[in-house]
Amino acid sequence: MLEIRCPYCGNRSQNEFAYGGDATIKRPELNTEVTDQEWDNFVYYRKNPRGNHLELWHHISGCRQWFKVHRNTATHEILKTLEMKENL
Amino acid sequence: MQKYSVFSLIKNALTNHQNWDVVWRDPEPKKEYEAIIIGGGGHGLATAFYLAKYYNMKNIAILEKGWIGGGNVARNTTILRSNYMHDANSLFYDHGMQMWKDLSQELNYNVMYSPRGILNLAHSDAQLNAYARRGNSMRLNGIDVSLIGREEVKKMIPFADFTSNARFPIFGGLLQPIGGTARHDAVAWGYARAADDMGVDIIQHCEVNGFDIENGKLTGVQTSRGNIKTKKVGLCVAGSTSLLAEKLNMNLPMEAHVLQACVSEPVKPLLDGVVTFGAGHFYCSQSDKGEMVMGGDLDGYNSYAQRGNLPTIQHVLTEGVALFPNLSRLKILRTWGGVMDMSMDGSPIIDKTHIEGVYLNCGWCYGGFKATPVSGLTFAHTIANDTPHDLSIPFRLDRFNTGHLLDEKGLGTKTWIS
Ligand SMILES: Cc1cc2nc3c(=O)[nH]c(=O)nc-3n(C[C@H](O)[C@H](O)[C@H](O)COP(=O)(O)OP(=O)(O)OC[C@H]3O[C@@H](n4cnc5c(N)ncnc54)[C@H](O)[C@@H]3O)c2cc1C
Ligand SMILES: [Zn+2]
Repeated sequence: MLEIRCPYCGNRSQNEFAYGGDATIKRPELNTEVTDQEWDNFVYYRKNPRGNHLELWHHISGCRQWFKVHRNTATHEILKTLEMKENL
Repeated sequence: MQKYSVFSLIKNALTNHQNWDVVWRDPEPKKEYEAIIIGGGGHGLATAFYLAKYYNMKNIAILEKGWIGGGNVARNTTILRSNYMHDANSLFYDHGMQMWKDLSQELNYNVMYSPRGILNLAHSDAQLNAYARRGNSMRLNGIDVSLIGREEVKKMIPFADFTSNARFPIFGGLLQPIGGTARHDAVAWGYARAADDMGVDIIQHCEVNGFDIENGKLTGVQTSRGNIKTKKVGLCVAGSTSLLAEKLNMNLPMEAHVLQACVSEPVKPLLDGVVTFGAGHFYCSQSDKGEMVMGGDLDGYNSYAQRGNLPTIQHVLTEGVALFPNLSRLKILRTWGGVMDMSMDGSPIIDKTHIEGVYLNCGWCYGGFKATPVSGLTFAHTIANDTPHDLSIPFRLDRFNTGHLLDEKGLGTKTWIS
């Protein structure tokens, strides 16, 4: 069982959270020329690392805030959790 | 190869089973091969076998970083089916279902193919309508399937919850009679033995760490047991695909997720075929040993750990008990996990790549075991002819650029939800 530190509520059990995927993908900027390749990369392509991964989680059965988790995908170790506005 | 038969069994019984041949050789890697397959799971072994059998390639090696049957091929719940709605999927998987029928004879190895039916349960009128639609599209593709009502389901699985208290009452189901199971290790061992017999070198404990590429053409692979020359390489590494793709400077529409399964203590015959719960993600069959084999959701976050967490098992078994209340009396004997190559539309990728001589077979999600024979056949064709097999044209990588996705469940790119 993962124990995840919500930046707002503190350490809580995995059961209270929903996953939101890779936090590093960026939607192409509005009002700029966006190539098909850029759209494809945003929608479908993922780095999918074995090791440290920055990802989104949602404290869905708690404060309902979204936040970022820096987690190792091989060991499941959680290195850090951050508010959405924070960067690693 | 020593042929397995009732006579060889009797003959060897007389000598206390001391004189059986080794099942496959353990050769040293050669300096060069005509083609190299990376990954000795079901798909890699089947690919090498069909390359040797139909495409007349004899100088082939399979490089496996662990041992044969240590990956997903021996971690899955062995369900065989072709109950898909999209034409591309149903034609492809059904070709595979036809191949299972003769596989034991073809390999001279009993893969314990057991077509005892797969039943998808519906728990509302709307769900039954959706199954009617899927069933109709299957029939249009020539696949036998029938929609059955609550009373018929009750005859098949009387121990399911048919009381008025059932949280998700059973309305009926979609039954594919030819669906069923096969013995997973036997599939790996059978293909390995047959491929070895055709001259394929199966090299275990040999990890591929990189590729030699000159002017956009493959010239060899770098392994933990030295560099090996080759002009063609096929990737069949399931959950590890993104890691090898990175060495080729390729990013893929894929995420790695762990899927768990579990078995109960063995009990007397209870469940004949395979049953899937329709109100959540739980499915169940009974092994020949008597264990109830159960599975359900992914753990739900990117993972390369070949093990999962308890909340998912708890969740899956809660659903199981809602469907089959008598399961609550059983103890769980084992749980385990495997790393899934979850593609962004839930369908596999079988294709060439931008590098001449590098071929890709991945994205099987949690459904690749049933496709082992047809994946091997179509991938062998792709490698030998440098062009896709008719059945696998829809599974090309460029569908993520052209928009011709094969999203059977309409889930989009949230791979962990599926
Ligand atoms: C719990 C669970 C239940 C499942 N249930 C079903 C089911 O009921 N029906 C169904 O159809 N499918 C099911 N699946 C999916 C199915 O098991 C897979 O899709 C399929 O086995 C993948 O193909 P494979 O057999 O070739 O993979 P694997 O057996 O995983 O083979 C890949 C091999 O590549 C090797 N490898 C990786 N990297 C390297 C490297 N760098 N160098 C050399 N070798 C390398 C690995 O060691 C591994 O042996 C299930 C999977 C799991 C985990
Ligand atoms: Zn919170």
